[in-house]
Amino acid sequence: MSTQSRMALTPHLRQLESESIGIIREVAAEFRNPVMLYSIGKDSGVMLHLAMKAFHPSKPPFPLLHIDTRWKFRAMIEHRDAIAERYGVKLLVHTNPDGVARDINPISSGSQLHTQVMKTEALKQALDKWQFDAAFGGARRDEEKSRAKERVFSFRSAGHVWDPRNQRPELWNLYNTRISQGETIRVFPLSNWTELDIWQYTRAEQIPVVPLYFAAPRPVIERDGQLIMRDDERMALKPGEREQVRMVRFRSLGCYPLSAAIESRAATLDEIIAEMLASRTSERSGRLIDSDEAASMEKKKRDGYF
Amino acid sequence: MTATSDDARTRKGLLRFLTCGSVDDGKSTLIGRLLYDTQLVLEDQLAALERDSAKHGTTGEDLDLALLVDGLQAEREQGITIDVAYRFFSTPRRAFIVADTPGHEQYTRNMATGASNSQAAVILIDARKGVLTQTRRHSYICALLGIKNVVLAVNKIDLVEFSGERFHRIVADYLGFAAPLKFAAVTSIPLSARFGDNVIRRSEHTPWYDGPTLIEHLESIDVREGLEEKPWRFPVQWVNRPNLDFRGFSGTVASGVVRPGERVVVAASGRESVIQRIVTADGDLPEARAGDAVTLTLADEVDVARGDVLAHADARPEVVDQFAAEVLWMIEEPMLPGRSYLMRIGTQYVPARVTSLKHKTDVNTLEHMAAKTLALNEIGFCNLATATPVALDPYADNRATGAFVLIDRFTNATAGAGMISFGLRRATNIHRQALLVDKSARVRLNGHRPAVLWFTGLSGSGKSTIANVVERELHALGVHTYMLDGDNVRHGLNRDLGFTDADRVENIRRVGEVAKLFVDAGAVVLCSFISPFRAERRMVRELLAAEEFIEIFVDTSLEECQRRDPKGLYARALEGKIKNFTGIDSPYEAPQNAEVVLTPSPLGPEEEARLVLEALRARQIIGS
Repeated sequence: MSTQSRMALTPHLRQLESESIGIIREVAAEFRNPVMLYSIGKDSGVMLHLAMKAFHPSKPPFPLLHIDTRWKFRAMIEHRDAIAERYGVKLLVHTNPDGVARDINPISSGSQLHTQVMKTEALKQALDKWQFDAAFGGARRDEEKSRAKERVFSFRSAGHVWDPRNQRPELWNLYNTRISQGETIRVFPLSNWTELDIWQYTRAEQIPVVPLYFAAPRPVIERDGQLIMRDDERMALKPGEREQVRMVRFRSLGCYPLSAAIESRAATLDEIIAEMLASRTSERSGRLIDSDEAASMEKKKRDGYF
Repeated sequence: MTATSDDARTRKGLLRFLTCGSVDDGKSTLIGRLLYDTQLVLEDQLAALERDSAKHGTTGEDLDLALLVDGLQAEREQGITIDVAYRFFSTPRRAFIVADTPGHEQYTRNMATGASNSQAAVILIDARKGVLTQTRRHSYICALLGIKNVVLAVNKIDLVEFSGERFHRIVADYLGFAAPLKFAAVTSIPLSARFGDNVIRRSEHTPWYDGPTLIEHLESIDVREGLEEKPWRFPVQWVNRPNLDFRGFSGTVASGVVRPGERVVVAASGRESVIQRIVTADGDLPEARAGDAVTLTLADEVDVARGDVLAHADARPEVVDQFAAEVLWMIEEPMLPGRSYLMRIGTQYVPARVTSLKHKTDVNTLEHMAAKTLALNEIGFCNLATATPVALDPYADNRATGAFVLIDRFTNATAGAGMISFGLRRATNIHRQALLVDKSARVRLNGHRPAVLWFTGLSGSGKSTIANVVERELHALGVHTYMLDGDNVRHGLNRDLGFTDADRVENIRRVGEVAKLFVDAGAVVLCSFISPFRAERRMVRELLAAEEFIEIFVDTSLEECQRRDPKGLYARALEGKIKNFTGIDSPYEAPQNAEVVLTPSPLGPEEEARLVLEALRARQIIGS
């Protein structure tokens, strides 16, 4: 973690912060039983930080929910538990029991099935189990093409169905929060943030992030042109593969066999930001689940993925 | 790199602008060009673009930049933009958010959506085609939504041999049309999105043009809207109450500036207090400015709830229950004067009706035309009435307190967007006086709480029979009651109403208002109406406090009702002698969340009435 002293926010970041706080408060005021999806990544970190600010001196009037696929980096789970403790918020964790019974995993089941069962289906199960009527997600419009059209308040009909042709127009900040029984809303308070904004805000507010974002010597294998960190014994080495220690970091975190590292020397927030400004690839390029074809994110979203 | 040099771009405020124009004017290509030339297109995205260009592209061997922004799969295949997409890019001088809005006529609502949050608009014109119907429509919507800065981007200038003459003629045409729209500034730029001329790079093909490139101009637009100089408005979003010692009002300052010690007023009630603290997670602030999300505490214990607007005592908003507004209609089902919609203004939802449609506006000629309804994408000037007074400002004075949306009460669709022109009638000032005898005083005198018992169910289900027994029992307990049913309402108050859909809606509305008065007087009101539509039942529910409305669903099956047929009505309906009979040729929408559901009891109405009384005791309407 960075040890720089706290910097004043630029007008640009203050504007984004205030907008997001307004969105988060709106959900608390209008919904019966909201929940904040917490994925442990940098965006979730910012979103949680904003929620703490939004309700100060109260605590956020909703729990966090983590969908645990059982394949997250160990450092992520440690970070998750430390954060829940540090912020004093309730953390719910759900794993799809059917997927566990069928031993769905990213290696032998393939990334597509693993994502479908352990993330998308698991999320729907959790939303139904606790009867949440609104769920915050940390998605940003700058991440991916189909997300660029996502509403801040994204309507899901019964069964969590997302129909991109049947979304409500959002004028001004007058969000339509009305739903009928069985319908839900997904809310994206970080819609207007860019990756650069996230890092600059993280630095200015000294928000803790998973150490995997910072470059360090780590054991990785090279597989299909990507650097994969073997986080535990479950990932067997293929013939010819061998672990080698390289200076790497992660721009985006998910299930470890599906999250590629990049070679980097950026070990502080300043260095990460500098590296990103010079970078010529997008952050999701390390996400192996996105690369099937360009429209795959839209397909996943229709199925209920965040 | 130092700690701050990387965020130099963020010191100049963010600019939100939208691009609009007709189909094929090249909006998506222009945005693709802006992203490409500001190097926001990354290597892996470029690789995807090369693949997509070969598959779907319309530019032959070249990269089709429009494919960068046409996000959804369906539209990529159809080659049209069907929704608003938000794009982000920045130059060393400024960060931008672009709303890419569709040109197709049926998606005009999306353009209004983009315009509502934009400070500037780039209106594209195809240099070969000049000013089109859509250009006029979009310019009018921009003006209506309060956009002051317009860029007229005369695109595809390469396809008219970079003709200055052609450019100047289009500009003259446009300015002639746009003069009545009163934009603060119209800047015209000849450009080619496909080849990049005058977008970021000055073109050597237009030596006759000496104005700024598009990006130079966008970087220089002043985005301060004078919001901080306007009267202070604070719509209360959430009441922050962590413990008994702290009661704060959270929200975002809509306009103006506020400081501790200033005298403020709750607009609707007129109650005054003084700002005590401006609380944030980063410590108390000496002032809160437009756009700041803060939590305020007041010196006195005044009644403030979500939906209230706080203002300075000497610069209050209007508090009215009738006003005139421009309304843009956004759903297929037409806007009907008289129908109740849910209006969202500020942080408040309030039932509202269009009382009259003065005219609609032809967006091509800006002429006014008489109209009875508004269809999808039509814009009309209306008078509206709200169920309770609301605090508002004219939209031209304040975008945040002068804008509203109308929501269909049945489908919850966002049906209309409105911009307030002026208040019509000042709401009565009774709310500004502290009433000497109020509802709680009457409750103390009566010894029970008031409520509406709303019996709904099919004709013949037993609503009135049960309601009668309930009233008899309540009366015996010393509870003040009154019964409203079709008989005593249709013969007097609602004698002028028939049985059309609009009249049925008005019938229930009036019943709801009368019931509300009785509740205010402290009575338990029994209402027995088929009331087949959820929207109308919900309308009455929303007139009252949450604990005051008890919906009682008399859930007797259609077969049983037909078997009973006490008045012979089903027999006649089945013979076709009564039209629009609920359950036969008109639907009954069963309640989904009724407080009480009664299925026929073998013990008869006495037993059903007992269940109702039990529910009233459980809710502490009456003592046990």
